[in-house]
Amino acid sequence: MHDISAQAVHHHGPPTSFIRKHVFSLDHKVIGKQYYALALLAAFIGMALSWMMRIHLAWTNAPIPGLQLLSKSGAPGGVMTPEYYLQLMTMHGTIMVFFVLTTAPFAAFGNFFLPIQVGAEDMPFPHFNMMSFWVTFAAFVVLVSSFFIGDGPTLGGWTQYAPLNAVGAVAGPGQGLGVVLWMASIALFCVGQLLGSLNFISTTLDLRVKGMSLMRLPLTAWAWFITSCMGLTAFAVLMPACILAILDHVAGTSFFVASNLVINDQLIPKSGGSTLLWQHLFWFFGHPEVYIAIVPGIGIVSHILITNMRKPMLSHRTLIYSMGALAVLSYMVYGHHMFVSGMNPYSSLAFSFPTLVITIPSTIIVLIATFSLYGSRLRINSASLFSLGFISMFVSGGVSGFFLAQPSIDIMLHATYFVVGHFHLVMGVAAMFGIFAGTYFWFPKMTGRMMNETLGKIHFWLSFVGAYCIFMPFHYLGMAGNVRRYSSFPDDFLQPLIPVHRFITVAALITGAAQLIFLYNLIHSRFWGKPAPDNPWEATSLEWSTPTPPPFDNFGGELPVVYHDPYQYGVQSSAGDYVMQTSPEQVKTEHEEK
Amino acid sequence: MAKFFAATIIVIAILSAIPILRHTWDAPEDISTHGALIDEQMSETMAEAGISFLAAQFVLAFFIWKFSGRGPEAKIQTFPGGAKGLVIAALLVVGIEVMALGIFGVKAWANVYLTAPSADAMPIQVQAGQFAFYFRYPGPDGTFGPIHPELVNEGSQNFFGLDPEHDVDARDDIVTAEMAIPVNKEIHLLMHSKDVGHSFFVRELRVQQDFVPGLDVSLHFTATKVGKYEIVCTQLCGLGHYNMKAYLYVYSQEDYDNWLKKEQAMQ
Repeated sequence: MHDISAQAVHHHGPPTSFIRKHVFSLDHKVIGKQYYALALLAAFIGMALSWMMRIHLAWTNAPIPGLQLLSKSGAPGGVMTPEYYLQLMTMHGTIMVFFVLTTAPFAAFGNFFLPIQVGAEDMPFPHFNMMSFWVTFAAFVVLVSSFFIGDGPTLGGWTQYAPLNAVGAVAGPGQGLGVVLWMASIALFCVGQLLGSLNFISTTLDLRVKGMSLMRLPLTAWAWFITSCMGLTAFAVLMPACILAILDHVAGTSFFVASNLVINDQLIPKSGGSTLLWQHLFWFFGHPEVYIAIVPGIGIVSHILITNMRKPMLSHRTLIYSMGALAVLSYMVYGHHMFVSGMNPYSSLAFSFPTLVITIPSTIIVLIATFSLYGSRLRINSASLFSLGFISMFVSGGVSGFFLAQPSIDIMLHATYFVVGHFHLVMGVAAMFGIFAGTYFWFPKMTGRMMNETLGKIHFWLSFVGAYCIFMPFHYLGMAGNVRRYSSFPDDFLQPLIPVHRFITVAALITGAAQLIFLYNLIHSRFWGKPAPDNPWEATSLEWSTPTPPPFDNFGGELPVVYHDPYQYGVQSSAGDYVMQTSPEQVKTEHEEK
Repeated sequence: MAKFFAATIIVIAILSAIPILRHTWDAPEDISTHGALIDEQMSETMAEAGISFLAAQFVLAFFIWKFSGRGPEAKIQTFPGGAKGLVIAALLVVGIEVMALGIFGVKAWANVYLTAPSADAMPIQVQAGQFAFYFRYPGPDGTFGPIHPELVNEGSQNFFGLDPEHDVDARDDIVTAEMAIPVNKEIHLLMHSKDVGHSFFVRELRVQQDFVPGLDVSLHFTATKVGKYEIVCTQLCGLGHYNMKAYLYVYSQEDYDNWLKKEQAMQ
């Protein structure tokens, strides 16, 4: 490992043309930024969709100005139809889960920083890396194109349950071409993530610089490595599932359509398929996906908190093992999404216990992160605030997992807003907080400029309080039996809950508006921010030992040598209370170095 | 700012707990024989999750309050016991807690799903289709006539695709758009989907089960309180999903018999 990296040569020369430099770039840093830009665009589209959904849920018959421009038939006079609500909901979920929560913390930050943190000049397969981004971009274009083609996007939700996903246009608007585009988009997305995962794994295992043992990797690098291992297996299952669903549409197959189905009094001419097969394939991907979204966040906030606590976590190794345990267990728990699906009820019990067990590594991560604050010199800045907010959100979203892990309680809570509140807090908001923390922390290194701290803190306060105002009431709604995926609430028992929905909508609009502050800060700082020094946070890992922004080959032609564990803070060195991994200076440390 | 942040976390944690403690948006009263175990399991889980939630938020807030903004002169300290104590605590406290929940929860689940309906349970078939439920009672012969999918025709109100002309068993079947059951009588619900995935959810009965196209599944339950309740679909089934509902009437035996006679006369 060391020999290979020590002799590492440029895989490709510095680009000279505009196209190679900024568009079809082979440079992992440019690709990381491209992923970030894609995630940013996707996040704002996803958020705008959620605004429209929330307004519709709170004031069902109110016109939404401009919505008719997006779809005349979906929103005549600006008033959303029930089917258009479901189409927007499907696109919101798909865009957020795939193109934001997977793309930003894993592909964007991981691409930019993983090679630098291990001491490499680039990833081992730069062409695959470039393909990874552009295939993902193509996937996004295909998905968004469904807004403008045929009768609009699929309305089947981001889970695309069978056989609604396979019987064709007869099942409703968007269920023909819309589904095919959705499946094609996600299959492409899977290809992109598989290529990315291969690169991440080989970068971590093969390109570590001299002195960079596995235990000297920062927690971010470990998180991206573990995530890429999950990605390699999870996306490899989802991709064929999507292809099979496409075949059901275009090739007359019947993988997911059972015999004797009747829609609109027409007997569907297919037979022999399995409804539950799709659910098994989807959730075999779907549950690891939750951890694909959140594990990079765990790594990022740990990395940031350590820097701002000026001390390492209580146990580097335990955190790594806990993230690994999450990854392994994530494949054994997926059936908890299917407790009342009609699968064998004994299977529900078999899936329930690993689901309960997965709370143990999650608890260990929270306990270590929280109790590491003890005796620290905690610095408060936008990055550390979002990191601390991450812990709070992860706990709040995590404890509701106790309920959903139990089949008997799932009878009451399944498919209600309780589930929506749970996953939005634990994988949505928490992961977004990880992305925000990472942005405030790494922006100086990525762009050479500092972000505005005051705006960052305002953004944090509005997001933190706002997210709780939105997602905590979701749990109460779920406990009262409020079913999810309803475009309005005509049932007698749902009517009294509409005021709660109105409160949530107002909170969502305000919290969403606060994200514009972030966008302004991001764009303004990119061009007019204060120039950033090389190591503004007095941090130790390798990305802070490069010039800002890093040159094309990351280390100016000379690979660094690593002398220390990743987080030597709270020591006395010539630099201050920390020693960088690349510094040969010997310092007195509390524990022997690995 | 850090102290304000710590205070905010505590205020949010307390405000979040208040609706739970005040039972502001609780599930409605249980009307089933099996629901008490589910409710009990829910209460125990709420107690454990609630304590975990409040404790974690309070400790986080306390450490932020106590250790933020300390200058370089402040000594860096390690939490007594280090990670080992925390790992042991997580394994023992959380491990035992969740295992206990899991083991006790088996009983509540088994009551619904792992026991067979009694021999005299009353069979009712429910069919879900975009976007309505229909119910079928077997009539005096106690047997359902076979379904012929090719005969399903909503226009002629042959919702189940029955062929009474050729199938003797189908002749006395009673098809309704609402579900009525006698109180304190075990029901064996046979669930059939006509088209795509749907679900059968009655909050008061503590019953939720998906319909699986191509696979008939069944449920059994006993309602203990007379009344009118809503049956809703919880599995996204298409554009009219939000409006897919039916009413469940739990009658006294006498009222149920009268209802059935009336429905029979209308067939």
